[in-house]
Amino acid sequence: MAYDYAKYLRPGKLPHIWCAGCTYGIVLKSMIRAIDSLNYDKNDVVVTSGIGCCSRLPGYVDFNTLHTTHGRSIAFATGVKVANPKLKVIALGGDGDMTAIGGNHFIHACRRNIDITVFVFNNNIYGMTGAQYSPTTPKGAWATTAPYGMTENNFDITSLAIGAGASFVARTTAYHATHCEKMIKEALEHKGLSVVEIINACPTGFGRKNKFKTPTSMLLWMKDSAVNVEKAKNMSPEELAGKFTIGVLHKEEKPEYLETYDATVGLKK
Amino acid sequence: MAKAERIEINKKWCKGCEICVELCPTNALEMVDFKVAVKDLEKCIACMQCELRCPDFAIVVYKKEKE
Repeated sequence: MAYDYAKYLRPGKLPHIWCAGCTYGIVLKSMIRAIDSLNYDKNDVVVTSGIGCCSRLPGYVDFNTLHTTHGRSIAFATGVKVANPKLKVIALGGDGDMTAIGGNHFIHACRRNIDITVFVFNNNIYGMTGAQYSPTTPKGAWATTAPYGMTENNFDITSLAIGAGASFVARTTAYHATHCEKMIKEALEHKGLSVVEIINACPTGFGRKNKFKTPTSMLLWMKDSAVNVEKAKNMSPEELAGKFTIGVLHKEEKPEYLETYDATVGLKK
Repeated sequence: MAKAERIEINKKWCKGCEICVELCPTNALEMVDFKVAVKDLEKCIACMQCELRCPDFAIVVYKKEKE
């Protein structure tokens, strides 16, 4: 029996604006399956986004959605969560949206450990504005603003989140669609700030100029480069060179922001 | 023997990225006029790779009911 996505999609909005071969559609499908498996009421789910390609995602899903200013996805999500703590709040953003323009919002939300689920769609480039380099563009890669190759070091989003104090950090890829669904589900179930970095492909902005001839070659690159975090424990640093780990990288139980806040001001004993 | 009853393709939503065609392990799909089409339904083993990784919600595989 084929899975029916129609229940969670706004009628008349598809086809989406993403380019041919953009993997955001695969992640959208994984996200819908994950939310469906948790049996949340549609009215209890809030999806916020900033600016960028992935920030068009809330327009297609039939939840409470907010399309906000650049990098301020988490800021609006925090407001929603504080006003109504019963809601399940998901904040979306691209790599540039979350780590460059919204970098401060990102690290301080991690520090507070407020109960929001953050998905960072990492495609290594600013796709919508014309392939400028972002903080996650790998060294040596081509971008329109780095025509001789990227010279700066890049961010590791998951290490950044762990260092800033997020209580659940995971990484997954668009190729591993069922793994992605599992990680999204675990992140939604976790109480406290959960960050899921989802490695995506931008064939138009990044792939064409970086020796990926087709969208499929980018998906197969994810398949070859991803190593499960459990398997990586038994591997040497030489074996892990050029690869990245996927799975739950960090999980801990920590006091959640709204609970400690309510206790401090005397709303809760 | 074909394991899929039918494969539905929404040509209005398909953008022709070829992900499904290239990931298909049995070569049951092909490109016709920059859109995906079913080449040979008999070859389909209903592994659902195409449906799982289609970014455009354009391909749906209906498995055959077990007898």
